Amino acid sequence: MAVAAPSHPVGHEGLVMNQTHAEVTRDVVATLGKPSRGYVLLLLGAATVFLIGLLSFLILVKDGLGHAGYQPPIFWSVYITTFVFWVGIGHAGTLISAILFLFRSPWRTAVYRSTEVMTVFAVMTAALFPIIHIGRQWIFYWLLPYPNQRFLWPNFKSPLIWDVFAISTYFTVSATFLVFGLIPDVAAVRDKVSGWRKTAYGLASVGWRGTDNQWRHYSRAYLYLAALATPLVLSVHSVVSWDFAVSIVPGWHGTIFAPYFVAGAIYSGIGMVLTLIIPLRRALGVEHMITPEYHFDNLAKLTLLTGSILFYAYGMEYFVAWYSGNIFEQTTFYRRAFGPYWWAGWTMIICNAFVSQLLWFRKIRTNLTSLFIISIFINIGMWFERFVIIVSSLSNDYIPWAWDQLNPTWADWAILAGSFGWFAMWFLLFAKTFPIVAIQEIKEMIPMPRKRGGHH
Amino acid sequence: MGLMNRGRSVPGLLASFAHVDAASDAIRALRAKGHRNMVVYSAAPNHELEEALSHRVSPVRLFTLIGGLTGCAAGFGMTIWMSHDWPLIVGGKPIGSIPPYVVIAFELTILLGALSTVAAVALFAVLMGKRGIAYDPQFSDDQIGIFVPAAGEQTGSLEQMLRAAGAVEVRREAA
Repeated sequence: MAVAAPSHPVGHEGLVMNQTHAEVTRDVVATLGKPSRGYVLLLLGAATVFLIGLLSFLILVKDGLGHAGYQPPIFWSVYITTFVFWVGIGHAGTLISAILFLFRSPWRTAVYRSTEVMTVFAVMTAALFPIIHIGRQWIFYWLLPYPNQRFLWPNFKSPLIWDVFAISTYFTVSATFLVFGLIPDVAAVRDKVSGWRKTAYGLASVGWRGTDNQWRHYSRAYLYLAALATPLVLSVHSVVSWDFAVSIVPGWHGTIFAPYFVAGAIYSGIGMVLTLIIPLRRALGVEHMITPEYHFDNLAKLTLLTGSILFYAYGMEYFVAWYSGNIFEQTTFYRRAFGPYWWAGWTMIICNAFVSQLLWFRKIRTNLTSLFIISIFINIGMWFERFVIIVSSLSNDYIPWAWDQLNPTWADWAILAGSFGWFAMWFLLFAKTFPIVAIQEIKEMIPMPRKRGGHH
Repeated sequence: MGLMNRGRSVPGLLASFAHVDAASDAIRALRAKGHRNMVVYSAAPNHELEEALSHRVSPVRLFTLIGGLTGCAAGFGMTIWMSHDWPLIVGGKPIGSIPPYVVIAFELTILLGALSTVAAVALFAVLMGKRGIAYDPQFSDDQIGIFVPAAGEQTGSLEQMLRAAGAVEVRREAA
């Protein structure tokens, strides 16, 4: 993305330059101080919501999937919707940390750690949902290719098995990328704290001292990890989209699905990034490092770009349905707007296609209140997009007498809410344990002092 | 530098620099005098220091390549072999049909490529790193550190050279 000239004086590569290396360390290490009462309350709230979800899940395990309201013809509903939603959220992190790293976009530096953390925890949350959905959770390992008593192997022609590989690879690689990037920062924290914390951060920094030899290997490796993670970002949601597109259900069987899902994933991911870091930067006192005029403006432009791709994809879906002359396709799309799920269909179009267009205005892009409100619309809209694609497509299959609707039950809502609690809990714990702003990369952008003065 | 730092320490001089050009001057001066086994500490990678040190490119890229190729071969190998191990015709397609297996091979390419890259860094930067070299916590904050192994007579002249380049502090480290 092009980087606009910021309106207030910032130095080379867009960072606020009136900070020294020592101040960066000090400010970021300060975020790991004693938690405030608000933080503790938020954490307890998140844990409570998670426990409610966990309890509902245990009831579901005991009694079976009947509680989830599955009935013919709809056997994929809120859990699969929520799975796709969380996987999508996970995309912004690696996009910002890997793709924008390769594109040398300097604005990513201050925000990439928080988005990477969001990615790892979002994919971790997502991975729970196929397991919740399968009903007999204790045999989920049947999805993996392992030598079993019956000498059976998984069907590698099935997109559901591709998905197992895609999600587990994505989780492993993004977690590796996060932990790898953290090591020099953990070492910086180690050198600033004392007592048992010094021991703990010392162990976590695995002997990092920032020697020339370490940096030589580290910088190269980081570049290759970014290069490997880049095609991964684009592939994961493509594979998720093929779970649908490879089948022949009207409303799913579209060649546009892979790019459509990837754009939607990045859009929803940045929506969640905005929802998280707008309050976080204030809570942790790093407002001077993540600014509306620069970082949020660029994040909002990325939202506008992906939101516009979604707008196009929504339009193209309707166009193809009409142009194909296929009555099943046409009926599905007519019913999406005017059938029993019209409310979900319009929520998706308004929240994603229309609301994103507000970001053409710079005043809105740099106003944190408006961005925060828009980000909530994006979160809601993107959950509904998946609900519409999955539930409303399944509700009107090829045989009209089999058409039916599904209403989400208490078990659906409780487990959905629980997933937000679970995600928020991990994110909050991380933010107080590890540097949520990348110390090392920010230092890399601030020129070091010179005895002869001037810049390099 | 290693995971544990107990063991014998290397005698030498540990200099701190507040200025990046001073540190690079010192590195160049040391290299000119034939001191090539110094250790330079910095809080972030820095091009000026890299230029002064003129290291060769890190060999981790070879590990990335080998890991990626292994993953790709493993992905195709596993899927094709497993399909033939229990031959079952699905949808009239060949038993071992390549296009769907590309997905698995792709994922394993990335997975093993990434993991072997990290393993290579662990090997070269941590496990094979020099041990017993003096360190100061300022080096992860805002100072650049240079450690030169030295003992006996040469210590005095080296200290002078480091100070002349602009070291803020030079410490003598005994064995």
